[in-house]
Amino acid sequence: MPSEHGCAITGWASALPTTVVTNQDIMTLFDTSDEWIVERTGIRQRRAADGPFVAERPPASPDGGMGTTAQLAAQAGHAALERAGLTGADIDLLVLCTTSPDQLVPATSSPVANALGIRGGGMDINAACAGFTYGLVSAAGMVGVGAQRVLVIGAETLSRITNWSDRSNAFLFGDGAGAVVVEAVPGESSLLGWDVGVDGSLQPLFYADHGGTGMRMRGQEVFRKAIRMTVDSATKSLEMAKVQASDIALFVPHQANVRIMDAVAERLGIPGDRVASVIQQTGNTSSASIPIALSDAADNGRLNEGDLILFAGFGAGMTWASAVWRWGSGTPR
Amino acid sequence: MGGQMGPEESFDLFKQCAVEVLQVEPSKIVPEARFADDLDADSLDLVELVMALEEKFGIDVAEAELEGVQTVGQAYELVASKL
Repeated sequence: MPSEHGCAITGWASALPTTVVTNQDIMTLFDTSDEWIVERTGIRQRRAADGPFVAERPPASPDGGMGTTAQLAAQAGHAALERAGLTGADIDLLVLCTTSPDQLVPATSSPVANALGIRGGGMDINAACAGFTYGLVSAAGMVGVGAQRVLVIGAETLSRITNWSDRSNAFLFGDGAGAVVVEAVPGESSLLGWDVGVDGSLQPLFYADHGGTGMRMRGQEVFRKAIRMTVDSATKSLEMAKVQASDIALFVPHQANVRIMDAVAERLGIPGDRVASVIQQTGNTSSASIPIALSDAADNGRLNEGDLILFAGFGAGMTWASAVWRWGSGTPR
Repeated sequence: MGGQMGPEESFDLFKQCAVEVLQVEPSKIVPEARFADDLDADSLDLVELVMALEEKFGIDVAEAELEGVQTVGQAYELVASKL
């Protein structure tokens, strides 16, 4: 419920690795075609942090703990802080949402906090592709109990846990990061409604084990579950916010598959021109997809003060999360 | 839903779903039509069709039951067996 402490997104940014992996590149790996991939997913290219297909395992001990996930996170985090006119020293809590951390120990938020000069708290959230929305809801909650500024980053190096010989899903995933600064402001919370959930009985549908076998996914079942759980969750958030789908100025869904995004928007009754989409260029970047799509929309002038945004996603677990957020810079306390 | 519905009525409902989801002419939804060859429907289209049918008829279709379903007739039989 709206707390007495208002919060607003005052900075945003994304970071993508420079290496572009096209569908033509994917076609060199196994028998597939650009047309087949685009028709089923909407994806034309994705980025990979470690050059074309990350055949190699990540270094066991990245320099200073800064593997590719941390580097992307720090790059996006730094740019988001700059846009908010802040430095790392101003941040009370860093929430790094990732399902592809650089090391098992410590949390990837540690080297990222170090790189950004953050001396407040730092933690990772792994709720798979629903991670960023879990992080955003958590950030608003922390502001509700007194934090002044929370940096929420979604960052992934999925190329590292993709099985590049799996022709059923290797073309789906990409690397990247997106970040937002959530600041305390006077007045009501910008988080008007939210919902998070998990159904752990669905773990067998989508998982990656330790040891480099990559992500395994029962795609059609995930597809079906994803559409229903995202619609259900979004409906709950809309109800909590006491708004209708027609009030939503921008729907920012998790960018997993354009067919899922379209099916969810259609079921919610949100027209296509109100859907934020970057998937064509990024593929599925898990926790990073929503802040990348949000930053793209904000940078392209698609958001105005007071606009209502609906965030909604789903992920391995299976997890889901959604939020209704009122866009506006506010005036930090 | 279900129990009281006659075969013609339920095929009409089936056809209505298929027309909406697959965006094809109603005349194309005949028992012998093959999803891939005649209706230009890929595997995800079939999943979406099944989802719509589940909702329309109030039934559950497990993923495994879809294996081998290639024609409109086969899909309709699967639905009809659950009514």
